[in-house]
Amino acid sequence: MSDDTASALAKPATTATKREPWSAYALTWRVPLLIWQFLFFVVPLCFLIYLSFWLVKNYRMIPGFDVVNWVKMYSKGYFWDAYYLTFAMAALATVVTTIVAFPCAYALSFKVSETTRRWAVFFLIIPFFTSYLVRIYAWQVIIAENGVINGLLSYIGLGPFIMLNTKFGTLIGYMALCMPLVVILQTFSMANVDRNLIEAAHNLGCGRLRTVFTVIVPLAKVGLIIGAVFCFILSFGDFVSPYYLGGSRPPTLSILIIDTTKSGQQWPKSAVVAVTMIATLLVVAFAAVATAYRKPK
Amino acid sequence: MKKNDKTQILSASRRDILKYSGATAATILAAPWVNRAWADTVELNMLSWYGLAEPDMVEEFEAENNVKFKPKYYAGGDNMLAALAQSPAGTFDIIHTDAEYARILIARGDLIDEMDPSDYPFGDMQHEDFKNFPGHWADGKLYSVICRFGHLGVSYNTEAVTHDEAMSYNVFWDSKLTGKVGHFDWHLPSLGEISLLNGNNDPSPFNIDQAAWEAVQAKTLSLKPQVKGFFDYGGTFSSLKNGEILACVGIGDWVTGVVAADGAAVDSVVPDEGGIQWTESYSIVSTSTKKDMANKYIQYALSPAGQVRSANMKAYPGFCVTNAGQEALIKATPDEARRTGQMPGMSNNPITLINEGRIHYRDTPKQQSLEDWNEFWSEYKNA
Repeated sequence: MSDDTASALAKPATTATKREPWSAYALTWRVPLLIWQFLFFVVPLCFLIYLSFWLVKNYRMIPGFDVVNWVKMYSKGYFWDAYYLTFAMAALATVVTTIVAFPCAYALSFKVSETTRRWAVFFLIIPFFTSYLVRIYAWQVIIAENGVINGLLSYIGLGPFIMLNTKFGTLIGYMALCMPLVVILQTFSMANVDRNLIEAAHNLGCGRLRTVFTVIVPLAKVGLIIGAVFCFILSFGDFVSPYYLGGSRPPTLSILIIDTTKSGQQWPKSAVVAVTMIATLLVVAFAAVATAYRKPK
Repeated sequence: MKKNDKTQILSASRRDILKYSGATAATILAAPWVNRAWADTVELNMLSWYGLAEPDMVEEFEAENNVKFKPKYYAGGDNMLAALAQSPAGTFDIIHTDAEYARILIARGDLIDEMDPSDYPFGDMQHEDFKNFPGHWADGKLYSVICRFGHLGVSYNTEAVTHDEAMSYNVFWDSKLTGKVGHFDWHLPSLGEISLLNGNNDPSPFNIDQAAWEAVQAKTLSLKPQVKGFFDYGGTFSSLKNGEILACVGIGDWVTGVVAADGAAVDSVVPDEGGIQWTESYSIVSTSTKKDMANKYIQYALSPAGQVRSANMKAYPGFCVTNAGQEALIKATPDEARRTGQMPGMSNNPITLINEGRIHYRDTPKQQSLEDWNEFWSEYKNA
């Protein structure tokens, strides 16, 4: 490849990264989103942060600016126990869900017809038609000690296995929440991988497994990471699974928020927990997005 | 011919158009009368625990008084206070609250109205304490009226635990219940029961000094290896029903009564160490524009008919507070009266238990802050 050809190929990329001047047309489309984000994310977030400095006296919140809630909450061992547990459980759910979802998404992307893929995506969307809480109650019936799974296992002389009200139960709930979404995101990202590149890899002698890890995964990286990030975000903030399938034992941060409000209107302390959760999610999300869009050297 | 029929079905004839237009016009013309009929219906906004404004409780009153209840349900006194704080003035007409939170409502000064004691059957109350219930009066003025109550003790699976075993809170530490004990996820009833086990019954399990409080914490922490989980009402209900837990701390017949009616082998007793009483009451909101109707409903709730409905409430049953209510209950649903001991002479009669000094009214901590108790509860759940 000559230098001229290389620079010619590089040119469009340079043009694409050049910032377009502001125009009324572009603003018309951008402003509503900015207003929405400002009103329904930035303003409530600022209020939440402000609330964390308020005080509670005689069951009444007193506006003010005192760091006592932050000091008290951060000095409690149970807060950090809940934090590490929530982070670890969300990370575990992310890893397990991403790994389990991948073969399914791979099959939907490369091994089935277009019609089958459409139907599969439709069926993956169907769980969202039902309330998440109802689905979790259904899981209680399935994984209870006298539930469906243990009932079936008993026929072959196994069990009963204790799954409900354990961390395993929480993990099942997280996966029930996230799996359909992660499979859909992974499927869409892999379905858009250029088939010619896969064919080229095969023609150059690359085995199937190696093609997956050196061609498909890097090319679908953005979708795979976005799927994982969604899984982490949803699991990290989830209240339902750790409460109804994990038995709140030990509690996660979302349960800690509920517990804290039960101690005499301690909304400011709950705000400390909430702000910490949001900060953690922002760091994780930005790090993941930066990794997803990082250009290979 | 068939084709013609199909066309007939799909297309409206001129006569049809006239017919339906006429009906539509009549509906529009009748709208003012319809609106007037609706306008006559009084909408009562009630802030309450779940179930208090469901049809099994209010349908009779609604029909007789052309009232429609519009409830906002909460779970826990703190949620009730939050709902009040977040709602503009005039949102609610009646507040149904735990008795210990009535005191907080009164302390706010402008939230609830003074009530006229002569409007209610105080002379017929089953117990003297109910006439002057702690936290319902301030400066000799009535602000909140007791309407129902229940007892908390040991709730258990009758196939796994005997009645005699359940007569002590120590059963929760029994090795056969390891990993099978549930907690109702609220610190006050659970810690109150363990305080009773530690002998803190004079004056109250909630009025304990620092040493006793530390002993309660130590005793509670020793229960953790036995604990399966911490549940809300729904979780407690399903865990008891499907056998996930065989005993539960911090609840009573208000849960097991419903689970038993659903076919599960569960029961509740007030153990020898004593039990905790939950008490619920009604108040009228100061900013209400329908105070007369709100007052009328509270009178109905305390009438024999209202008390029978309360004692049979589908969401969670409660004991009658009036003698007339109990008599009506015995006549209307004798099985329920017998099951709950609400018959004269029964050993588990709720009033007998109070008279024997075995019942302590649930309260907020007196020598520690509510925050202290809750912080320990969070520590305990993490332990």
